[in-house]
Amino acid sequence: MIKLYIDNQPVEVPANTSILDAGRGVGIKIPTLCFIENFEAKGACRVCLVEVKGAKNLVAACSTTVLEGMEIFTNSKTVRDSRRFVVEMLLSEHNGDCKTCLRNDDCELRQLASEMGINVLEFEGEPAPQNIDDSTPALIRDSGKCIKCRRCVTICNEVQGVGALFPQGRGFYSSIGPSFAENLAAVACVQCGQCAAICPVGAIIEKDHIAGVWQAIDNPSKHVIVQTAPAIRAALGECFGYEPGTLVTGKMVSALRRLGFDKVFDTNFGADLTIVEEGTELLHRLKKALVDKQPVALPQFTSCSPGWINFVEFYYPDFLENLSTCKSPQQMFGAIAKTYYAEKIGKRPEDIVVVSVMPCTAKKYEAQRPEMSHNGIRDVDYVLTTRELGRMIKQAGIDFRSLPDSKMDSPLGISSGAADIFANTGGVMEAAIRTVYEIVTGRPLPTNQLHIEPLMGLDGLKKATLKIEGTLPEWQFLEGIELKVGVAHSLTNAVRIIDAVKKGEEFHFIEVMTCPGGCIGGGGQPRFTTNEVRKKRIAAIYQEDEGKTLRKSHENPDIKQLYAEFLGKPLGEKSHQLLHTHYKAKENLKPT
Amino acid sequence: MNTFTVSKLQSVSELIQLRSRLLNEEEQAGLARKERILICMGGGCLASGARKLKDEFHKQLHHAHLHNSVEVKGIGCPGPCSHGPVVIIDSDKTLYQNVSPGDISEIIEQHIQNRQIVERLIFRDNTDGKSASSIADIEFFKRQTKIVLHNCGTVDPLSINDYISHNGYAALSKVLCGMTPETVIREIEKSGLRGRGGAGFPTSLKWSLASKSSSSQKYIICNADEGDPGAYMNRSELEGDPHSIIEGMAIGAFAIGANEGFVYVRAEYLLAVERLQNAINQTKEYGLLGDNILGSGFSFNLEIRMGSGAFVCGEETALIASIEGKRGEPRPRPPFPVQRGLWGKPTVINNVETFVNVPVILLNGGDRFASYGTQKSKGTKVFALAGSVRHSGLVEVPIGTTLRELIYNIGGGTVNDRPFKAALIGGSSGGCIPKEHLDVPLDYESLNELGAIMGSGGLIIIDETSCMVDVARFFFEFVTEESCGKCTPCRVGTKRILEILLRICDGEGKPGDIEKLIHLGEEIKRTSLCGLGQSAPNFVLSAIRYFRNEFEAHITRHCEAGVCFREKKFNDLEIQHSASTKD
Repeated sequence: MIKLYIDNQPVEVPANTSILDAGRGVGIKIPTLCFIENFEAKGACRVCLVEVKGAKNLVAACSTTVLEGMEIFTNSKTVRDSRRFVVEMLLSEHNGDCKTCLRNDDCELRQLASEMGINVLEFEGEPAPQNIDDSTPALIRDSGKCIKCRRCVTICNEVQGVGALFPQGRGFYSSIGPSFAENLAAVACVQCGQCAAICPVGAIIEKDHIAGVWQAIDNPSKHVIVQTAPAIRAALGECFGYEPGTLVTGKMVSALRRLGFDKVFDTNFGADLTIVEEGTELLHRLKKALVDKQPVALPQFTSCSPGWINFVEFYYPDFLENLSTCKSPQQMFGAIAKTYYAEKIGKRPEDIVVVSVMPCTAKKYEAQRPEMSHNGIRDVDYVLTTRELGRMIKQAGIDFRSLPDSKMDSPLGISSGAADIFANTGGVMEAAIRTVYEIVTGRPLPTNQLHIEPLMGLDGLKKATLKIEGTLPEWQFLEGIELKVGVAHSLTNAVRIIDAVKKGEEFHFIEVMTCPGGCIGGGGQPRFTTNEVRKKRIAAIYQEDEGKTLRKSHENPDIKQLYAEFLGKPLGEKSHQLLHTHYKAKENLKPT
Repeated sequence: MNTFTVSKLQSVSELIQLRSRLLNEEEQAGLARKERILICMGGGCLASGARKLKDEFHKQLHHAHLHNSVEVKGIGCPGPCSHGPVVIIDSDKTLYQNVSPGDISEIIEQHIQNRQIVERLIFRDNTDGKSASSIADIEFFKRQTKIVLHNCGTVDPLSINDYISHNGYAALSKVLCGMTPETVIREIEKSGLRGRGGAGFPTSLKWSLASKSSSSQKYIICNADEGDPGAYMNRSELEGDPHSIIEGMAIGAFAIGANEGFVYVRAEYLLAVERLQNAINQTKEYGLLGDNILGSGFSFNLEIRMGSGAFVCGEETALIASIEGKRGEPRPRPPFPVQRGLWGKPTVINNVETFVNVPVILLNGGDRFASYGTQKSKGTKVFALAGSVRHSGLVEVPIGTTLRELIYNIGGGTVNDRPFKAALIGGSSGGCIPKEHLDVPLDYESLNELGAIMGSGGLIIIDETSCMVDVARFFFEFVTEESCGKCTPCRVGTKRILEILLRICDGEGKPGDIEKLIHLGEEIKRTSLCGLGQSAPNFVLSAIRYFRNEFEAHITRHCEAGVCFREKKFNDLEIQHSASTKD
């Protein structure tokens, strides 16, 4: 243990603790703009400066580790003046207008300036050059607002391994962006939006679909339905001051009705449908391999996460065949809404508007993919992130906290607990195994609470082996088989698992979620997502699952009815047309 | 000329044998030789035609049938760069300046054949026309002490044999034959050698920290990313004496336990890179680099890495990032490179000049080295003397020599004896020294007291025809452009300072601007991430400290030197002119 003094308080912390953590441990808040937990401190923004007795200059608390006997001052005049100076410099460079900035009340720079009481700009000068990159369907980058903290660079490179964002150029005219000052659409950006979720200011934001949604709602000739992804209910509350991990499913449904949606449905319905299709697909692949002895791409990879699809298309085209052909739950929902549901309510598909609420920016991209339409009609018309829904509710003057709880509409609003856990890393795999195991053996998965412990939690790479015994006659070929599954979240971990596959490690089924923690940590979720927040949202989702009597996708009565009335059987003709697709390799760089 | 080939040297005694064979040959050649003409092949002289001059000497000597008795030899920079091309007649050390091919026949006929000095070409120390022909009598040379540059001007930088015959690699062989890393470091400690890159960190301390690290892989790096405006000490050292750098690095590697080293040179230094690479190749051929050097069991490999012209890459952590193939920008320190450097391994980075001192110290002893310099700063320092000084060039003096001595007695005073205004020392990170401090001893502490730094050796003299505000603007444009942009204070703060300086120079300064400059400058120094930002405002602050009146005058639109507002005046005239022609 290291003994030191912070603001004259004796403090004892383990060796290698940063001054930042040591301070936070004793209730001293040291501001930061560039720091990200669990990553090497960059020391770039310089707002965490503190005074260390005997040091020539101020030191950055994030990147300096404590030493025995250190005397640190976090609130001396020098520290206050210098931090203020740094923030004044950032403000003088910042080329944005808080009045009209989407990030406004969530902007860390604005908050800091306000805390410091900066109400006059003493140092005005040339602002950062403004270049707007709205080249992708998901994101907008505004270089004028960028404070070059490089959080996005860390996330894009070290968490996602995508490498779409870099610092480039020099000095005042340095900028953060894709190589060669290209736009995002020209490079291998997967549009996960983790950059937008971590950006302290409004320099990277989601492309706002709110106006389009209002327009649809205001159009009386349109039947506007909304679906909400599993992860929304555990996070939307944060936009209204609830603690992370507070489930707000009932209030969310009420709010959506008040916004004027004609029906409030659940992407979970699509998730249950996905499990039935994807589980069946897995069994087909296994049969092809084991019984028919035909070449077949194994392991099967999940295909729910659109950032992951983009990643495979860009970086691992050799593995495209391994991707499940299932569309994601969002798209399955849309496809069913504009066919089965349209028929049911007697509307033309073109008169139905499907709005999704997603924890994800890549879903905006997914929704407009050419693969994601049927007869020229898009499965999904608008995608709102959780953050956008939060804003929309505020725009409508709805007092979210005082709303009563209400339930989703039928028939596309009933879902199982298996669908809920799609939000968590490991959840899709667990949901699939709940169904596959029961199809194959006729018995429910014999685990505590139907959970698969090794696949839960925030470890980047998780594996489990499940011995299949006592199979039903038609699945006899699986008797005694050890089903090997793997789960990865964040794309650097996806790379790790692909590397393992390449090296010959055996897997049958692999779940990959683009974002750390899975969809609960998606790029469209309320800010600010830390591991602590991820854990709370994950716990809430499991709580939602465990609270339901319906826990398995294949037992969802509305899904059964859908097959009986419309689809026929999993992987049947209709499913093939509406619910499955194929992907193609993409070029890494298409200079504009 | 030594023309025989050498196979890999297997032991120290083989090196000693080689040296005596070379000296023997040289003695024989010397006896047979009537004269030797030394021509500076440094960057400056090459730029003013030295290569053509050398060819022409060969041709004309051939024509005069003297080619067998008169040798023409290329040498490293002897110093008086502004007078190049420089030619030295070896036997009497006569130095001819500004020699052109048209002068050759006269030199051959008059000096070589008739032993009469060509008066019109000799070096002139003073304005009164008095001059001395021999290097031994010329003040510019007489008053210098050459330790770092002792081979520059004598040894052929292209020839390892010439280096060996001038005691080259004797220090390395001494180290390998009987010294331990500890005794090497102790010798360096005794010498009091401090890093010559500018900060003056004790070299022995750096080495001993790295030496004590238990890591099985360590690196040694020579920082040759010289970039201060006007500075070219390292360039001349690389061009003029590349083997000393290699030898110094090999000794350093031995001391810290490294087997791999890199010389990080800026890519603009084409000739330096070429000569260093040539020297590395020769050294490998001779077995003085590579595995099991001289049979000692010590192995050391050395490679060149070229920078791409970013000034910030001279900062240690940025330099490391650049070698690693990453964007060259600094990271927070600690951890220091000796703890976690290149590829995460303990790494020692020293400046070119630091390494060049090492063989001398090991050969002659730390005590001898420590007899030069001051109490706290030992040895000598090389300066690139430039600007308004009669003999601009490369000079080396004991640390603690006064500025006046350097400018007036060595440099020969200002150009046309114009009134001295200031010496700009340490480049953009340094400061200015006004005339009231001309007697400041050039050592780390005294310069710091004046708000300047020793720096790496850039020394620009300005006289009263220069405007301090304009000079500050010039230096500040440089640092603003060279900021990497990573940390806020340096990225934005330097820009804000530059904006204020530009408007003052444009005659649009406002009351309060000077206070703003000071405020910005002090905060940037205090808050920046790396040495570049922490020292970026130094020059401006120093200029304000000593020449505040000039800044104030500019705010009321008066530039004493008549440098600023010119464009504006010109524009005003243009407008008047066009108005009058309309009438």
